[in-house]
Amino acid sequence: MGIDSLIGGTIWDEYSDKVTNLMNNPQNMGEITEEQAAKMGAKLIVADFGAESCGDAVRLYWAVHPMSHVIMESKFKSFGCGTAIASSDTMAELCKGKTVDEAVKITNIDVEMAMRDDINTPAVPPQKMHCSVMAYDVIKKAAAQYKGVDMESFEEEVIVCECARVTLSTLQEVIRLNDLTTIEQIADYTKAGAFCKSCIKPGGHEAKDIYLVDLLEEHEKEKLAGSATLGTSGDSSVDFAQMTIVQRIKAVDKVVDSHIRQMLVMDGGDMEILDIKENGANFDIYIRYLGACSGCASSSTGTLFAIENILKEKLDMNIRVLPI
Amino acid sequence: MKVYLDNNATTIVDPAVFSEMEPYFVQRYGNPNSLHLFASETHPAIKDGMEKIYAGIHAPREDSVIITSCATESNNWVLKSIYFEYILTGKKNHIMVSEVEHPSVIATAKFIESMGAKVTYLPINHEGIIDPQTVRDNITENTALVSIMWANNETGAIFPIAEIGDICEEHNVLFHTDAVQAIGKTPVDVQAINVDYLTFSAHKFHGPKGVGALYVKKGKELIPLLHGGAQMGGYRSGTLNVPGIVGMGKAMEQAIDALEFEMTEVREMRDAFEDELLKIEDTFVVTPREKRTPNTILISFRGIEGESMLWDLNRAGIGASTGSACASEDLEANSVMEAIGAAEDLAHTAIRFSLSRYTTQEELDYTLETVKEAVKRLRGISSSYAYAPEGHKSGLDSHHH
Repeated sequence: MGIDSLIGGTIWDEYSDKVTNLMNNPQNMGEITEEQAAKMGAKLIVADFGAESCGDAVRLYWAVHPMSHVIMESKFKSFGCGTAIASSDTMAELCKGKTVDEAVKITNIDVEMAMRDDINTPAVPPQKMHCSVMAYDVIKKAAAQYKGVDMESFEEEVIVCECARVTLSTLQEVIRLNDLTTIEQIADYTKAGAFCKSCIKPGGHEAKDIYLVDLLEEHEKEKLAGSATLGTSGDSSVDFAQMTIVQRIKAVDKVVDSHIRQMLVMDGGDMEILDIKENGANFDIYIRYLGACSGCASSSTGTLFAIENILKEKLDMNIRVLPI
Repeated sequence: MKVYLDNNATTIVDPAVFSEMEPYFVQRYGNPNSLHLFASETHPAIKDGMEKIYAGIHAPREDSVIITSCATESNNWVLKSIYFEYILTGKKNHIMVSEVEHPSVIATAKFIESMGAKVTYLPINHEGIIDPQTVRDNITENTALVSIMWANNETGAIFPIAEIGDICEEHNVLFHTDAVQAIGKTPVDVQAINVDYLTFSAHKFHGPKGVGALYVKKGKELIPLLHGGAQMGGYRSGTLNVPGIVGMGKAMEQAIDALEFEMTEVREMRDAFEDELLKIEDTFVVTPREKRTPNTILISFRGIEGESMLWDLNRAGIGASTGSACASEDLEANSVMEAIGAAEDLAHTAIRFSLSRYTTQEELDYTLETVKEAVKRLRGISSSYAYAPEGHKSGLDSHHH
């Protein structure tokens, strides 16, 4: 609740100027024909993702140099709303000049970030984040076609929330460590489920293999079973207390990079580690929030608890996180 | 040029309505229930407004037309009242609504369903209309209420309310109709048909926002919605909205006066506009025009997602509507398009143009040209019309979507 949720508004007001301009004048809209590709000495790749019956569809054209695997030209056509067209356009632009292997690493978050007018303000409202996911999926489809492999092979981890790119393992961990019981809590802690909401339960934009409600149920069951397997050990082999200060900072950095940074970046924020001090039995980790995180209400509540709990679990139970 | 073609969403307030309301803000602002001259000087206007509202729907004096805040309130009230009166008490346990009712009916039906009621969501046919036989087929001795709209907001389809009313009467089932889209577009006479409850709202016929009404036939149950100072016969407490009642009354009078114009002039303009739109290739209109309210067109442009069409229209200063905003959280296809069984690839391509007696030929000409340009541009972007090399398999990954 609160005044903003009471009066609502139009989603178009939340589009960045870049999104608006790209919808009005898409830069990479078009096609590449077999003949054009042949003239460039390139291989033509045409990949489709989505379907009109689902509300959005995109066709991506690549002219790929057969020796260097560089994407020489990249064009798109899209059936969809303004953000779908702008996202497809941005995606096509990001592909240019990259090798196919590099292009596969482009994520929907890169696409959304590239459409921001300023780094701290999302380019599209949460419910439109879905559109950028399609732009990302079609790249995988094109790359899979070029390499003659299955597109699933590009995904190293199972992603549950595609909008915020939150993995299954992160979600399971955050739910367990913080004993989360509601969808709202998951969104507060990880951003998963806060965007197009497809991943919350069946019936949304897309069918999923696993939903957030399943994870909550799984957690409830585990709690009821009082499973002894709950407290699995963290991923550091050396005892945190025995590390040098440099090792500690590196260890904390590693955990932040692999488990924490992603959820901050989704909100246009980030964090840095300032210092680690021994304080009696505790290890006090001083951090500074960057970008949108500074001043965000949950940076001293939900997000902070999430960070602290992950570090405790991974490194040492005596860790305390103190934002400055 | 600014062109307003979203009159099924809301309408411009008729200037005559506005000037009729004006004195009741600054000059005659008394609470009608007080005992002094400030109250008394509002009474003639309230009486006059109520008389006009009654006359507009041919309501007999012994029946009630309760002024509410909006049609959503009126619709909620009927269904929740049935819940308290029938479902909770165990007298009956079943209600029926059409699957294309306004969200204020569907969402309320789902709510009372969650509280234990059985709800049947009746399907529409390929023309977007409820077949009365489906009502007959689904009615049981446990059916407490049937709620079917008079005219559909998306397509303008006029439903066979008279036949459905007769079937309900025959089976001793209460009948409610949401007539929000009917007033001022088609004759509404509560004495000509069997109807127990009827909803309407002033802002859909050039009256002010914030004023709805619920007609209730004499002797039909209604649980008071707002308890308090016993205004509106004790059924809906709350200080009377004097300017609102005055405005709705005047708007109703104007709507009845203009009904003939709507049914001839507006219809002719609509038909000619529709003919021109249909000359664009790969277009498709829902519901035969003679079965629609005279002001509404729901048209599909193949290959163009509805919101992107709205975007281009909006850039040109034209306001229209789509029932298929792709921002919605649920499966977002236009519910009517799905319900009539339109080809799947058209489910997201519907645009609604709704005219009013204020719409001009010049505005429609401008809109037509704009639509043509938008179709050209957006089909140029669309993957539906895009080149594919020979042997290319259009790939929909079954895992996704």
